[in-house]
Amino acid sequence: MKTIWIISKRELNSFFNSLMAYIMLLLFLTFSGLFTWLIGSDIFMVGQASLRTFFSVAYWTLFFFIPALTMRMIAEENASGTIELLLTKPVTDRQLVLGKFTAALLLVIISLLFTFPWVITVSSIGNLDQGAVLGGYLGLTLLSAVYISIGIYASSITNNQIVAFLTALFIGIFFQIIFDMLAGTFSGLLGEVFHFLSLTSHYESMSRGVIDTKDVIYFLSIPVLALKMAENALAKRNM
Amino acid sequence: MDIKVENITKSYGTQRAVDRISFHVKTGEILGFLGPNGAGKTTTMKMITNYLLPEEGNIIIGGKSLLEDAEELKKHIGYLPENNPLYLDMPVIDYLEFCAEIQQIPKEKVPERIREMVRVCGLNQEKHKKIGELSKGYRQRVGLAQAMIHDPEILILDEPTTGLDPNQIVEIRKLIRELGREKTVILSTHIMQEVEATCDRILIINKGRIVADGTAESLSKQVQGQELLHMKIEDGNPNEIFKALQQLPTVELVDFMDRQQNRFEIQSKPEMSSRREIFSLCVEKGWVITEMIPVETKLEDIFRELTMN
Repeated sequence: MKTIWIISKRELNSFFNSLMAYIMLLLFLTFSGLFTWLIGSDIFMVGQASLRTFFSVAYWTLFFFIPALTMRMIAEENASGTIELLLTKPVTDRQLVLGKFTAALLLVIISLLFTFPWVITVSSIGNLDQGAVLGGYLGLTLLSAVYISIGIYASSITNNQIVAFLTALFIGIFFQIIFDMLAGTFSGLLGEVFHFLSLTSHYESMSRGVIDTKDVIYFLSIPVLALKMAENALAKRNM
Repeated sequence: MDIKVENITKSYGTQRAVDRISFHVKTGEILGFLGPNGAGKTTTMKMITNYLLPEEGNIIIGGKSLLEDAEELKKHIGYLPENNPLYLDMPVIDYLEFCAEIQQIPKEKVPERIREMVRVCGLNQEKHKKIGELSKGYRQRVGLAQAMIHDPEILILDEPTTGLDPNQIVEIRKLIRELGREKTVILSTHIMQEVEATCDRILIINKGRIVADGTAESLSKQVQGQELLHMKIEDGNPNEIFKALQQLPTVELVDFMDRQQNRFEIQSKPEMSSRREIFSLCVEKGWVITEMIPVETKLEDIFRELTMN
C-alpha cells in the first residue's frame, strides 16, 4: 500500500514539475468551459439550472484528455529503462501498475475539482438537482477510471508514447460509441451484450443521478481487467 | 548473504543468451563477470536481480529461493543496471529520497542515508541539480548512490565505471573493494585492469556459458602452462646461437624475433624452466645476455584464448 503511494507521489511530482500538467489542465478546462458556457447547446441555450451540458461535454474531453495523460506512464519507463530500476527494488508489477493508476486518477480528480466553481455558479442561478450533480461527478470519476486503466494497459505494451496514445484511443472508442452503435444494430442476446459493454448507457444513467449495481459492477470490472492485463504485459518485460 | 546460481537458462527467441550457468558467490567476495559483448553477462545479472525470470534453474540467495521469496530478497540487493537508467527530470536529492522510501528505509533514517550517499559518491556540489543536467560521470555516481542507499548486503553492478574519469575510476574501485569486505559483490566489465584491480574471483562467460572460473592467478596458470622467454643474446652468430639454444634439453621451440638484433623467442617444455640452462650456455660460449624477459600470460590473453573461436 505504501509502495503504491510512493510511486504515485513521484508520478504526481514529476507531472506538476513539468509544464505538461498545466497545459493539460488548461486544455481540459478551456474545452469543457467553452462548450459548457459559450458554444453549441450551452447552458444558456438549454435554459435550465442543470449541469447536464457539462457532463456530456466532459464525457468527450476526458476521452481525449486521459490517453494523453497515461500514454507516457509506463511507455516512458520502458523506453528509458527506468522500469528495470523500479522493478528490481522491492516493488511488484502490480504495485507499479496500481501506483500509476492512482496517480492518474488523482490528477483527473484534481482537474474535476477545478470545475467546482461552475457548480456554485449554476446553483446560484436556479434550483440545482444535487443528486444529479453528485451522480454526474461520480460518473465522470468512474468513467475516468475506465479510460485510465485502458490507457495504462496501452502504455504498458509499448515503449512509444504515440503508439500508447493511439492504442488507448482505439480501444476507448469502442466503449465510447462503437459498442453503443452495435447494440442498436443487433437484437437479442448479442444486442444485450453490446449494450452492457457500452459505456454510454452506464454513464448516462449515472449522470441522471441513478446508481444501479449493474453500472457499479461495470465500472469496477473494466479497470480491474485492464489493470490485470497491464500487469501481465509488464511481466513479459517487453521481450 | 551468499548467492547460489543453479543451472539458469534464458533464451531470447531461438537464441540462448544464458545456457545452464551455475556458480556460487560467498559473502565478502567480489566476483567479476568478464565476457565479450552479448555473452550473457547482463542477462545473468537481470535474473539475479529478479528483473527477468530464468526459464530453468534456480537462484538461491542467503538460503532462500529468489523464485519464491523475491519481494523479501529484493530488499537486500542493490543494483546498478547497464546504461544506468535514471529519472532525468528529478533533482538528485529527490531521486535519492524516492529510492530510500521505496527501499522501505525507516523515515527517520532517510536524511542520514542520503547524506551518507552524497558524501560517499561525491555528489555534494550537484545534489540540487536535475539528473538530466549532470554529466555522464555524475549520473554514474547517482546510479551507484541509489544502488547502495539501503546498505544492501548484495551489490550487482553492471559496468560500474563506464563514463567515469580516471580519478573517479580509482575512487569507485576503492569503494567497491571496501564494500566487498562485508558484502557480496558481482560486477561486470570488459575492462581487464578493472577485474584485476577489484575482483577476488573472475568468471569468464562466452556465448551464455561459463568458460573459466577462478582467481586471476589460477586462470593464468591454467592457460599458460609453458614458460615463454624473449631474449637478446649478443656477441655471437645468430644462426649459431639459434642452433645451440635448440639443442638445450629443456627448450621446446626457438624462434627468431629479429635476426639482425639477435632477438629470440624461446618456449620451454611443459613445466620446465630453461633460464639457467641458457645462462650456462651463454657463459660457456662467451655470449652476452642483454635481455631476458619472461612473458607472462596476461588476463587479456586468457580472455582472448577462451572467447575467440
